[in-house]
Amino acid sequence: MTDKPLLTIEDLKVSFPTRKGLVEAVRGISLSLGREKLGIVGESGSGKSLTGRSILRLVPKPGVVTAGRLEFDGVDLQRASEAQMREIRGQRISMVMQDPKFSLNPVMRVGEQIAEAYRTHQKVPQAEARRRALDMLAAVRIRDPERVYRAYPHEVSGGMGQRIMIAMMLIPDPDLLIADEPTSALDVTVQLQVLAILDDLVTQRGMGLVFISHDLNLVASFCDRVVIMYAGRVMEVCDAKNLAAAQHPYTRGLLNCLPSIDGDGRDLPVLKRDPAWMEHGL
Amino acid sequence: MNGAAQASSMIDVRGLDVVFGKGADEVRAVRDVSFRVPEGATFGLVGESGSGKSTVLRALSGLNHDWTGQVVIAGQAQTPKRDKAFYKLVQMVFQDPYGSLHPRHTVDRILMEPLSIHGFGDAERRIEQVLGEVGLGPSFRFRYPHQLSGGQRQRVAVARALILEPRILLLDEPTSALDVSVQAEVLNLLQRLKQERGLTYILVSHDLSVVAHMCDELAVMNNGAVVEELSVERLKSHAPEHPYTRQLMVASLGYDRAAIDRFEDFGVEG
Repeated sequence: MTDKPLLTIEDLKVSFPTRKGLVEAVRGISLSLGREKLGIVGESGSGKSLTGRSILRLVPKPGVVTAGRLEFDGVDLQRASEAQMREIRGQRISMVMQDPKFSLNPVMRVGEQIAEAYRTHQKVPQAEARRRALDMLAAVRIRDPERVYRAYPHEVSGGMGQRIMIAMMLIPDPDLLIADEPTSALDVTVQLQVLAILDDLVTQRGMGLVFISHDLNLVASFCDRVVIMYAGRVMEVCDAKNLAAAQHPYTRGLLNCLPSIDGDGRDLPVLKRDPAWMEHGL
Repeated sequence: MNGAAQASSMIDVRGLDVVFGKGADEVRAVRDVSFRVPEGATFGLVGESGSGKSTVLRALSGLNHDWTGQVVIAGQAQTPKRDKAFYKLVQMVFQDPYGSLHPRHTVDRILMEPLSIHGFGDAERRIEQVLGEVGLGPSFRFRYPHQLSGGQRQRVAVARALILEPRILLLDEPTSALDVSVQAEVLNLLQRLKQERGLTYILVSHDLSVVAHMCDELAVMNNGAVVEELSVERLKSHAPEHPYTRQLMVASLGYDRAAIDRFEDFGVEG
């Protein structure tokens, strides 16, 4: 691999026209990503999910996306035609959403959905797609792939549903995976097990990963680098292992207001928001 | 309170069982759960989804009638059906502040309803006072829930529970739908109200750090049963006994690739 970044974003803005005027949800963010695990952390309304969706041009109408540069592996994502985008979505960049209950087709067997994701991008016979789907189910550590292949989404647990989603997103072998709160709906132990699968596959395949989450501690321990967003702007970018030594008052405030097992039970420091954060991003 | 032994425990649960369904579909959601909560303490119920922690709370609150066992609250043995007086003593705060407030009632009407059901006079003063206590000014009184943020809604839910001046609050994941900065505000509020009013809390949560921060004692549940009851000191010294508690503890410390491979499956009871 060269050091050329896989994804470059410069001055990305997303706004929504409303009756009360234009609402700017993302206000000019810039970042670049190599074949690494990049975490985007922020509270609700910080613009972290819209940033992820902008990359795939999936911002819902009437949202308006502009950027100085939005480039993926040499392709200008702003100029690409819809047909080119369809080639990119799934095959080159794919996305795992928060809740498998709403992302899987409820009336189609899960194995067929995974096979379909493969056949959308590869011209292969059905039997071959089925074999690949079974291999993929095994890769996300599902014990009985044959049985799960035939199951409908309502017959599987949340953790298994999320593994099925990951299998579906990874079967076309993308270069970049965007995971938007992929494990927030799961129990802690299942959450970590799903992340371990994601971690191993990303490492084995040399993919880039954008991991969007509200959980600062999880991101710090899981990712290589962390981007901290607030009110549509990037407050700080730092190496995940140095997050505890972060400088920005917003990052410090977020870290301090978390209760911890080793805390002393006294009142938690409350985050004081500085209006200047709205005006100056990184 | 009367007898010495009785006075020390506000809530006393012995051999609580909750069974859903019949025959082959029978699910034992809660199995032989026992614990005591002294007056003025905060007791934590911790577990993953399906562990039965919320079901215990719903049985205590009178929302679920199908339980067996012994439940004594403030010295009174409880039957499955509760009378009006019970709800002056025990109130509940729910997880989702988006679902637990009537979308077409103003804050004023939401707070008025319990007062009129229980025949409290002096509503005007009580509503203003309780709004002040949860940190919402009088300007919030005539707003609708959709005009409030998640944290403000949860404050309204706490105000609604407190307006009847109960002695016990049952808290079902009260901050898990909130951002961490807002969670800190709501947890601080709950701690302050407990000090001021001498309340007794039962806090249900999946988050060990929240429970360690708020509680004195906790019970860890899995598969409907309590696997371990321990003091927060014991939790803080990282010395829980049961392997399930230890695993939850490791998981709550963050992502550690090597530790995950050692996770055991406690899902099915032998």
